[in-house]
Amino acid sequence: MIQVITKEFNSFLNSLIAYVVIGVFLTGMGLLVWVFPETSVLEYGYADMDTLFSLGPYVFIFLIPAITMRSVAEEKKSGTMELLLTKPLTDWDIILGKFFACFLLVLVALLPTLIYYFAIHALGNPIGNIDTPGVIGSYIGLALLGGVFCSVGMVASSVTSNQIVAFILAAFLCFMLFTGFESMATLNTWSANTLLIKQLGILYHYEALSKGLIDSRDVIYFVSVGAFMLMISKTVLSSRSW
Amino acid sequence: MSLHIKNLTKLYGRQKAVSNISFEVGEGEIVGFLGPNGAGKSTTMKIATSYVPPTEGHVTVGGYDVVSQSIEVKRITGYLPEHNPLYLDMYVNEYLRFIGKLYGIRGATLKNRVEEMIVLCGLTAEQNKKIETLSKGYRQRVGLAQALIHDPAVLILDEPTSGLDPNQLVEIRKLIKEISKNKTVIFSTHIMQEVSALCNRVIVINKGKIVADNQLSNLMKNQSNETVVIAEFEGNVSLEDLRGLTGVKTVEVLGSSRFKIAGHSGIDLRPEIFRFAADRKLSLLGLRLEENSLENIFRELTSIQEA
Repeated sequence: MIQVITKEFNSFLNSLIAYVVIGVFLTGMGLLVWVFPETSVLEYGYADMDTLFSLGPYVFIFLIPAITMRSVAEEKKSGTMELLLTKPLTDWDIILGKFFACFLLVLVALLPTLIYYFAIHALGNPIGNIDTPGVIGSYIGLALLGGVFCSVGMVASSVTSNQIVAFILAAFLCFMLFTGFESMATLNTWSANTLLIKQLGILYHYEALSKGLIDSRDVIYFVSVGAFMLMISKTVLSSRSW
Repeated sequence: MSLHIKNLTKLYGRQKAVSNISFEVGEGEIVGFLGPNGAGKSTTMKIATSYVPPTEGHVTVGGYDVVSQSIEVKRITGYLPEHNPLYLDMYVNEYLRFIGKLYGIRGATLKNRVEEMIVLCGLTAEQNKKIETLSKGYRQRVGLAQALIHDPAVLILDEPTSGLDPNQLVEIRKLIKEISKNKTVIFSTHIMQEVSALCNRVIVINKGKIVADNQLSNLMKNQSNETVVIAEFEGNVSLEDLRGLTGVKTVEVLGSSRFKIAGHSGIDLRPEIFRFAADRKLSLLGLRLEENSLENIFRELTSIQEA
């Protein structure tokens, strides 16, 4: 599995993908957090990082499918999947290797935004007036959300050999998973089950984590959704022998 | 037995790709797997590398079952898939190292193996190039190098020479012959000459069924059901006269005085024709026994099933 992670991550670095992803994410987040008046912390006047954590998931909805779309689909199209599958690797090695490489790239893109924390920390009045536990919880939430999006991207990439289809499918699924359940819960038909529907979506757990209270139920939610998605992609990959 | 295929059947949906075939390949043997396009060669090879599972039947490689012990099978097999898929954005060196690592080769051993393969496959000048910049022949060598990196006991090559120019063809054949010492090799092709250049035993498959499994020399002997002589005379000879000779089955006019004369299998018509010419004071310009050509055998074997 390690070999697959290394190979995938190297191919991100050797192609433009890694630099474009990191560059676009940081430029976009930088503009939103510091420059654009509607969302800028400087205009807003409160020393918090809400802009990053509320808009970050939406940027991820576009960016992560772009990272994951090629992982399985491209190998299927170019035939290199046959090469990998005739090497002594299990299907899990391949799926997990690809997943962790994508997840690692997301984490690397996220890492430089830690500077925002120190900048806002210093800009606070009095200095250091920032909700540190909230920021930590939000970072954990955003990282977990990135992981879930990566796993969704893996599913989309395994079901097709067309990268564009994989991208659109992944973006749609991520969006539905993130806010779809939340919006669906507002429909008037659920009566007492509204909360349950909300809890199925990512947003509910993401918001809970960003309060700074790291509830194991929320973490378990993210991990199990991710694991479930990876299991689907593994099953799809194994389905060649049916 | 290194490769053991027993009653193998593979269905793709409702279409039968391979239908109840059985054969064995012994240790250290090279076997050519021959057949027209779509005969089931690739399918059989994909099953033997445990890429796709058989619908029915048992396949073992080196004693390991391809379904229940697929990891062990993959560990001892080197495989060159049909269209030679490669990671085009990798460097030759990097690619071979990656494949080596997948087989669990590490450190100094890995470095040595990669260097050995580069020398063996004649990639020394290309080792620091990206695979996408290589020509087809060199890509094929990279494909062979990756199949060999872990020194596999069984080597499965699916059309290793397709699409190569004549020079590359000769080189790749030489390479295969060189590496195939003390390995079990099975390679597929639809070119008969390839088999005669590389090995003796040939398995011919057509429409998912084995139509011949024999030494090439035996095939050439057995398959011909007639002996053909090409004769050329000076001056005119009547077709009727030739037809009247003993042992002659058919006569075909090839040129002004050239004839293709076919007789029953095993009977050499040349003395008869010579006497015929001598009796009539005809000058005989040419008299040649035609060997049953490889293509003819191939065509005969693969058309039997259709009739």
